[in-house]
Amino acid sequence: MDEFLLVFRRDFKDKENQPSPEQLQEHFEKWHAWYDRMTAEGRIVLRRRWDGEGLVVNAQKTVLNGPYAEIKETIGGAVIIRATDYEEAAELAKTVPILEFGGNVEIRKAL
Amino acid sequence: MEEKELLPHLFRTEYRKLVAVLCYLFGIEHVEIAEDIASDTFLAAAETWAIKGVPENPAAWLYTVAKNRTKNHLKRNALFEQKVASEIRYSSDKEAEIEIDMSPRNITDSQLAMIFAVCNPLIPADSQVALALNLLCGFGVQEIADAFLLNKEVVYKRIQRAKEKLKEGEISIAAPSATEITDRLETVLTTIYLLYSEGYYSISQNTTLRKELCAEAIRLNFLLMESELTDRPEVSALLSLMCFHSSRFEARTNQNGEMVLYEDQDESLWNRELIERGTYYLSRASTGDKLSRYHLEAGIAYWHTHKEDSPEKWESILDLYNHLLAIEYSPVAALNRIYALAKVHGKEAGIAEAERLNLTNNHFYYSLLGNLYAGIDKAQAVAHYETAIKLAHSESDKAILFRNIARLQDNAG
Repeated sequence: MDEFLLVFRRDFKDKENQPSPEQLQEHFEKWHAWYDRMTAEGRIVLRRRWDGEGLVVNAQKTVLNGPYAEIKETIGGAVIIRATDYEEAAELAKTVPILEFGGNVEIRKAL
Repeated sequence: MEEKELLPHLFRTEYRKLVAVLCYLFGIEHVEIAEDIASDTFLAAAETWAIKGVPENPAAWLYTVAKNRTKNHLKRNALFEQKVASEIRYSSDKEAEIEIDMSPRNITDSQLAMIFAVCNPLIPADSQVALALNLLCGFGVQEIADAFLLNKEVVYKRIQRAKEKLKEGEISIAAPSATEITDRLETVLTTIYLLYSEGYYSISQNTTLRKELCAEAIRLNFLLMESELTDRPEVSALLSLMCFHSSRFEARTNQNGEMVLYEDQDESLWNRELIERGTYYLSRASTGDKLSRYHLEAGIAYWHTHKEDSPEKWESILDLYNHLLAIEYSPVAALNRIYALAKVHGKEAGIAEAERLNLTNNHFYYSLLGNLYAGIDKAQAVAHYETAIKLAHSESDKAILFRNIARLQDNAG
């Protein structure tokens, strides 16, 4: 088993993004279920709630507010999980609820 | 509140506040960004709260996240910065803090400004209610489509077209001045009443959704009453009217979802509390010298909360209809006036007036004639009801007319 970092991002300027209250509740429950499953399978290495602030330092050494890699995306959470290889990590990433509302998951293997 | 209901509840109450405050800050040309930030805030809540539970003050959490999202967006988006920098007094100094005011006062001001921007005569009539539901009430495209039994694409296009109109017209989202309120309050009230009527008279069988539309109209009306600027007598009058109508919501349909006519309604199903509230708002509306159509319609609705017939009741209703028609003529009001007139002066007088209207393409016209001829000339009455059936569109209207004919046949006369 290797350790993989999963970073959750959401494309924030998606016109069709507005969820209905019921969809939002379902989304919330899916997140719950996803973390429960990862915990039950003993995959969680590090799980944290991240604040909404964050800083980015650029090449000019300017410190910018916000954790955004790109303007149009916002970072949600990040988690470190155990998986046998990239292939399995990608399969797990496919079940992350962030994908429902125009999100994506970045995967990095820890060496 | 149960955790299961919390997020949907917060979305219902807080999403529209976030959109209003952000639109007030950015201006109408950036309405989509305001919506995106508000949506993203809720998606972030669903994700974050799933890890370690709901924060102590969830609304404050949402406001903080939305503020941060907004600040970051403003700082990162150079184009946006240039375009709106002066308007929102955002200094070019990167360290400067942008104030995003989520105080109750600013939320109320923003929502009021939004109501006046959205209820604008520039918006095509078929888009008006959809836009109000979307921007003022936080309803998504799918929900609006469900409410109106329309295709999702149609609703999406209507809302887009309406937003384009607001942008083209450079409609500012600002606190309305006293003159603007005088000029525009009527359009605002028309939109609110339209929204209410969509819920009240909709052919949709989805009662929950229909009640929600009515509740949204009432909530917007309350917002107008909360502000000194817009707390005018006609605003109270409209609320009174909506309370009286709502009091009969349960009595209007039977278990099979069919319409029950006023005369056949079970009075014990009328909501007494709403009738009392309607009466209170009607007395609250009785100040000033302006008599709006809502005053008159609320007055008529008030008398209808008295099931018992009395000379006073029908004379008052007739008098109110006379005034209403003088302010704003409509065929439906003219027909209703004749119904009241017949109650006061007898059916023959009613028939004479009705035949003068000659609304030969209107099924209500023939339905009224059927009613007036009943007890006078059965054959005529049946013939009129039959014509009405041919002209009626909805199945529930037709069902009522068939029932009227059956009733006539049963009563030897």
